[in-house]
Amino acid sequence: MHNSKIRVLIAKPGLDGHDRGVKVVARGLRDAGMEVIYLGLRLTPEQIVEAAIQEAVDVVGLDCLSGAHMALFPKVVQLIREKGGNDILVIGGGIIPKKDIPKLREAGIAQIFGPGTSLDEIVQYIETYLRKSDDKED
Amino acid sequence: MPENKTEEMVERKKAFTTTVDGTVVNRVYTPADLEGLRQDEIGLPGEYPFTRHIMPTGYRGRLWTMRQYAGFATVEETNKRYKYLYEQGQTGFSVAFHLPTQEGYDSDHPLAIGEIGKCGVAIDSLQDMERLWDGIPLAEVSTSMTINATAPIIMAMYIVAAEKQGADKSKLRGTVQNDILKEYIARNTYIFGPTVSMRLVTDICSYCAQNMPQWNSISISGYHMREAGATAAQEAGFTLANGIAYVQAMIDKGMEVDSFAPRFSFFFAAYTNFLEEVAKFRALRRMWAKIMKERFGAKNPRSMMLRYHIQTDGFTLTEQQPLNNIVRVTLQALAAVLGGCQSLHTNSFDEALALPSEQAVQVALRTQQIIADESGAADTVDPLGGSCYVEWLTDQIENKAMTYISEIDKMGGALKAIEKGYIQKEIATSAYNYQRAVDSGEQAIIGVNKFVVKEEHLLETLEIGIEVEQKQIERLRRLRQERDNQKVSEVLDRVRSVASSDENIMPVVIEAVKAYATVGEISDALRDMFGEYREPSIL
Repeated sequence: MHNSKIRVLIAKPGLDGHDRGVKVVARGLRDAGMEVIYLGLRLTPEQIVEAAIQEAVDVVGLDCLSGAHMALFPKVVQLIREKGGNDILVIGGGIIPKKDIPKLREAGIAQIFGPGTSLDEIVQYIETYLRKSDDKED
Repeated sequence: MPENKTEEMVERKKAFTTTVDGTVVNRVYTPADLEGLRQDEIGLPGEYPFTRHIMPTGYRGRLWTMRQYAGFATVEETNKRYKYLYEQGQTGFSVAFHLPTQEGYDSDHPLAIGEIGKCGVAIDSLQDMERLWDGIPLAEVSTSMTINATAPIIMAMYIVAAEKQGADKSKLRGTVQNDILKEYIARNTYIFGPTVSMRLVTDICSYCAQNMPQWNSISISGYHMREAGATAAQEAGFTLANGIAYVQAMIDKGMEVDSFAPRFSFFFAAYTNFLEEVAKFRALRRMWAKIMKERFGAKNPRSMMLRYHIQTDGFTLTEQQPLNNIVRVTLQALAAVLGGCQSLHTNSFDEALALPSEQAVQVALRTQQIIADESGAADTVDPLGGSCYVEWLTDQIENKAMTYISEIDKMGGALKAIEKGYIQKEIATSAYNYQRAVDSGEQAIIGVNKFVVKEEHLLETLEIGIEVEQKQIERLRRLRQERDNQKVSEVLDRVRSVASSDENIMPVVIEAVKAYATVGEISDALRDMFGEYREPSIL
């Protein structure tokens, strides 16, 4: 079991300012007992990764509704891995066409949560994933 | 037949509400519910306070403008879509700009990576604007532009492009959104801080008042706040509070209220709770009329008329069973029409997945045309007026919205309320409560948490390829080679100097645009003087 509180960084890369979803998710994860850092919007992948490493988070959640996800999400994963954040779980959401999802997964975004996802689904996914990776370490 | 009286009185739910955090709805309404509501509060169409419609003839005179918001890839693809929509019977244009244009970056800026032509058309310079309207006579059409932080630049480009076509600026018809306050609350395409942004907003409004009498100089928008989670009453209250701030700012600039207010326009959302939306539009018309007359002393009835565009609510579209969205959009569009809008955009059924395909856009436009020509909804003015429920609900929304306005007045106005984060927090809380209600099943969404089916996604959606980015960046590179760069640099200096004075920014921006200075360059010149805004992240 993950012993300490799960730490999550939530951010919006790119120029998209639609932040309803990201704020709802941030609040939902917090209410589920996680420690949530909402970094805000209009961020570069570099800024997000720097914060993720500095804050030693377990999870990075990315959100984009503008269609720029293919240029931005994989870049975040790549930089995180380069900086040694190998265990950080990266997940995403937004308006993401179905056919982009396999490519995003291949690039290391573990899961994409589209419109209609419930907060419980996201919470359970994170908890299950982190429990599994803890088990592996043991 | 029910077996006994008790069973007859049993209801499906403990309480019925219009929406999550909305108004509690009683079983039945009778004239007794309207006691205290004065008949002159309702009145007749075309008469103060315009509850029933701003025009005595409603749609019997002129139908609403069918105006589909569109823009993607480069100007060539968007121009083609505009011509298609026009051939299909659309009666006005509405431009969606890609985010770099909206936030003051050229297409070759590092922050623009991945965004080129994605959720709007890429416009970097006057050259793009000219090509956007190729073969479309700007003297004859009406155009709405969703542009805020960079509105002075884009507005200047539109004026110059129209003049180059031979059009007279004073005859141009259309709307520039130019509503920066709601950007700090929702949507977030601001560049500069609120105070200096208000100066740019009012510069455009006074420039239009003096030079473009048929142009709506602002479109005060509730739509984005609703999309961000606001309830109907919050949308109404917060939008009019912003409206009050703009009117006051113009008066503070020394303008007489009736010289600009007739060209103030509005933009709202139409949600699926059909009757609440109709009531909201009626309440909004009445509230604005009273505010303009009583608070600001307007004399011209046109200053008191709330004229508005509607977009059906994008947030209600589901990725699951996407064809169901056609039904949602139909209900929302019908609410907009029965509510008395001047202009309407209907969303396409595939928009929870991607930008709309041509087929999906056609269905959306046909929805409006079917309502106009087949439903009979446009044949009489305010057909729901007089319904005990609708009149009661109109009154409820007015009261709730006025409570928000008084709250904001107490804080010192909309700008202060935004700086305090009050409006943002109220909306975020409503959004969260809504999600909780959906997750618990209390708020049903067909296909999402009720009547769910396993489905394959087979919809063909629109894709914007990487070649769009390459083409736009190459075009920008060529422009920078071919134009007179000395002239550009001189005019940008003048932009800086006007920015730091009290002079209206529009004339110098028009000059800059004519010299083919780009959106990014002019924005940077303004950034030099105004700095940039970074919002505190409010959860």
